[in-house]
Amino acid sequence: MIVNLEKFIAEERPKWEQLGAILDRQAQDPWRRLSLAEARELERLYRRASADLARLATFSAEPETREYLERLVARGYAEIYGTRNTSQRFRPWHWLIVTWPTTFRRHWRAFQLCIALTLVGVVFGGAAIAFDPGAKQSLMPFSHLQGDPRDRVAREESGKENRIDGHQASFSAELMSHNIQVTIDVVALGMTYGVGSAILLFYNGVILGAVAVDYILAGEGTFLAGWLLPHGTIEIPAILVGGQAAFVLAGALLGHEVRKPLWTRMRVVVPDVATLCGGAAVMLVWAGFVESFLSQHHQPVVPYWAKITFGVIEVIALTWFLRFSGRSAEVKQT
Amino acid sequence: MMARTQTWSIRTPEGVSFSFRIASPLLRVAALLIDFCVVGAAWSLFSGILMLFAILGTDFMGAANVIAWFVLSQGYRIWAEWAWGGRTLGKRVMRLRVMDERGFRLSFAQIVMRNLLRFVDVLPAAYCVGGVMSWFNARGQRLGDLAAGTIVVWEAPTPKPNLALLRGEKHNSLRSHQPIIARLRQSISSETATAAWQAVTRGDKLDPNSRQEIFAVIAAHFRSLTPIPTDLSEGISDEQFVKNVLDVVFLNR
Repeated sequence: MIVNLEKFIAEERPKWEQLGAILDRQAQDPWRRLSLAEARELERLYRRASADLARLATFSAEPETREYLERLVARGYAEIYGTRNTSQRFRPWHWLIVTWPTTFRRHWRAFQLCIALTLVGVVFGGAAIAFDPGAKQSLMPFSHLQGDPRDRVAREESGKENRIDGHQASFSAELMSHNIQVTIDVVALGMTYGVGSAILLFYNGVILGAVAVDYILAGEGTFLAGWLLPHGTIEIPAILVGGQAAFVLAGALLGHEVRKPLWTRMRVVVPDVATLCGGAAVMLVWAGFVESFLSQHHQPVVPYWAKITFGVIEVIALTWFLRFSGRSAEVKQT
Repeated sequence: MMARTQTWSIRTPEGVSFSFRIASPLLRVAALLIDFCVVGAAWSLFSGILMLFAILGTDFMGAANVIAWFVLSQGYRIWAEWAWGGRTLGKRVMRLRVMDERGFRLSFAQIVMRNLLRFVDVLPAAYCVGGVMSWFNARGQRLGDLAAGTIVVWEAPTPKPNLALLRGEKHNSLRSHQPIIARLRQSISSETATAAWQAVTRGDKLDPNSRQEIFAVIAAHFRSLTPIPTDLSEGISDEQFVKNVLDVVFLNR
């Protein structure tokens, strides 16, 4: 029992204030790393404050002091026990070339599932247009896709009309924000055990298949490739990466791989899901620029062979990046 | 249905326990509305400043506007919760804080996750899914919180007691009985002491009957904690007895 409360508080308060000062410094910069001396001091002061709280807990006279000390100990506890793996300052370049591709490869099977769902949609959409051209009205989401592809190609190639002339920057910004939002939606729907995400991926595939078959049947395959490849080779994989994140989340919810409580399973996948979302966002920013400044400019302004070559180079580079980037760091870690 | 808990307790390896009060859905809605206004105001301000740069072209302005809205609406909460230890401006005003459900420091991934999954929580409209989830969840977690392993707590203000209210000139018969004072200090919980303190400070605002009843209950509780010789509480009202107890509990003479 504390015999003289006032004396006890007067003696201990400087130590509590010291602990508070260290914790305040940490709170001001979430990435800040403690030096060894600071860490030792923090640990010492935290243990002392914990002991003081234990002594005060049986003593009703100072509820405010007890509450103050409780908060201090709670903050110290969070700092001491919760900083593993989080104290390293965020390094954007390292994240881009190591963390993200490594995370992508770790969840390769979820990505394969996204490809499969999208391909099923592509086949369904393509077949619907091939066997029932009337389905176009209900399948195509944008009005400019509902007409005859030949008319559109003739119009675009005449150079008389460019829908985004003078608005490339704002069009690009709208594309980026819209596509990132859609990808976030796909990820969030992972919380429906992946059902919502699977439907969105399938629907995306349906539209893609319908547009592709519509243009190919109209004999405009080259235009289609020149139009879609430059941005689609990044945009479509980005949405698939979003789907991958959603299925990682859904996998943790279902818990078929790890026999642990839900909160433990979720905790394991949260950093990976956040990383995959970030990766998809980076890809979509790039795709937004390309779609606005390159994809929408057709022959004769930009020859189709140049656009198709650009798209092919992008897909090779992306494949190489996702397959090999960060491998050496990955090997070192294992 | 799981019972909603008011507090969330954590026991440290050092054997010390501390608890957090779970934020009510209403407080969270209020914080959300404030944050919505903050984002709207920040975007309006940004758009206004951008008008000054119209000379650079309307296309550039349009692009900057679209990106600013997207970054503010999606990024503001993430940035604020990361930079300000789990608090946005709305949460600061409402005294709320996002924290790891184990009491640890929030990780950046947790913050990103709980904010990205907001899309599911708002479905089909007006946070229906999130609202229902947090209502039925014992820790008031919406889906985003559940996935990220976070809880939202309310940090109550702790006003310092105005001890001058107790330091009256009246004689306090308890002061000379140290064993009784020691037993009272040991056995009165801080919650009870605070409740009694609030009864004293708000006594004037109560109607006479309620005031009498409340102090009778508190005085009976204090008397039940330790045997008090009748001559120490004889001839004084229950309210005065409660004040005497608080006087010896709060003040160290």
